[in-house]
Amino acid sequence: MYRMRTWSVRHARWLKVAYAGFEALLRLCAPVFRLIGYDRLDKPFVAVEKVTKGWFLDSQTCGQCIVGFTGLSCPMNCPKKMRNGPCGGVRPDGKCEVDPEMNCVWVLAWEGNKRFGTGEYPIQKVQPPVDHRLLGTSAWLREVRHKTHYEGPEVVAANEV
Amino acid sequence: MRFDDEPLIPGEHLPRRAGHDSTGRLERVLRAGVFAVTAEIAPPDSADPEEVYERAALFDGCVDAINATDGSGANCHMSSVAMCSLLTRRGYSMVMQVSGRDKNRIAIQGDVLGAAAMGVCNILCLTGDSVGVGDHPEAKPVFDVDCMSMLRMIRGMRDDEQFLSGRKLTSPPRVFLGAAANPFGPPLDYRPHRLAKKVEAGAQFVQTQYCYDIDVFKEYMRVVRDLGLHEKVFILPGVGPLASARSAEWIRTNVPGVHIPDHVIRRLQGADNQKEEGVQICIDMISELQSIEGVHGVHIMAYKQEHRVAEIVEKTNVLHGRELWEPGEPRDAEPALV
Repeated sequence: MYRMRTWSVRHARWLKVAYAGFEALLRLCAPVFRLIGYDRLDKPFVAVEKVTKGWFLDSQTCGQCIVGFTGLSCPMNCPKKMRNGPCGGVRPDGKCEVDPEMNCVWVLAWEGNKRFGTGEYPIQKVQPPVDHRLLGTSAWLREVRHKTHYEGPEVVAANEV
Repeated sequence: MRFDDEPLIPGEHLPRRAGHDSTGRLERVLRAGVFAVTAEIAPPDSADPEEVYERAALFDGCVDAINATDGSGANCHMSSVAMCSLLTRRGYSMVMQVSGRDKNRIAIQGDVLGAAAMGVCNILCLTGDSVGVGDHPEAKPVFDVDCMSMLRMIRGMRDDEQFLSGRKLTSPPRVFLGAAANPFGPPLDYRPHRLAKKVEAGAQFVQTQYCYDIDVFKEYMRVVRDLGLHEKVFILPGVGPLASARSAEWIRTNVPGVHIPDHVIRRLQGADNQKEEGVQICIDMISELQSIEGVHGVHIMAYKQEHRVAEIVEKTNVLHGRELWEPGEPRDAEPALV
């Protein structure tokens, strides 16, 4: 929901903290997830993510969430699908070049980043292009799996939310 | 600039100097510390190479490199790969613009190899305008990679000698990597940091959006200097003559990302000859930009006024007597091979 999207950016700081707690909880459950099977859990997880992240962030379920880097502004709402910051076409009033009714996703991302209040700017991390095989899969499970069980070369950037 | 080790055959590479990434003229000029001039060539809506040569000839002796746009404004024209291929054959130093709007990572990497093989030494990575502003608004926008991940990808091809997939190249593209910057788009306070991110991703030179608001640009450059970026990346602000107050109004309303302050439009309105005043504004702007610390050159985008570029360069004296490379005798003068 668009209104919630801007609300989430305004409350980026505590939402990020809340998510960190939630992720810790998920990671505690990792052995159970493994027992049941991550593949089997993907569909129910995606369903939950679609509702919750869809409500709070207008998440597009790209399966490789980076909103922890983008001030809780989902970059997949950018019509140019930019994963690394605002394009040069942002309107003078901060609206999107393509959709003048919408605030630029990256103007919001910069706001949200400043609201993290940690003095760090994760928005500056260069993100790899989207892995289109992961669209519509669970980012949460992927994150838990990556952080608890994954042994091997780094595949993508650390994900959050 | 002419170098001692210029290739005898136009289109052959210059020898790569130590510490240089490319075999091109633009990198040499910039690293030499002189004030560089680049210009944008208008790609024709034609399959005739002569039109390309004619358009490039307008810049002979007055620019260090020529940018070939890649469907700028989401309008269809001759491709930048082809423009560059034709012109590098004649020895021109080309900046090939690549937009992520029309091609995915497979096509872009293929083009990079092909272009480098054809003598392209400079690649400018762009995300691209949205298809909605162009002449094919019904087209499918690709946007598989953005400018930042494109920089990373091509840098990986050059430095790690591999595709994004990790598959090895047998010979890497020796290219000098560029990016665009818009110091005038919101969020203004993020723009210098965005430049830092582009440098981190691999940008070695940037050409900016049209610079008409010198105050905003000076503030941008102040932060850029504070971040030490002017020592890591060559910065070429974009300039160009406005044709009239009316066209300036149109551009500012319809072209994404171009910021023209009211005082510039008022100056045009007040002039007897608006076209000449537009050129004069461009000249004044270049003179002012030259004095800003951290500015390494200018990028002239004289849309539909390409024939005025030589005059602008001459009047601003940005070359300081520097003699530029020019193509040899025109092909017509060569003995016919019968």
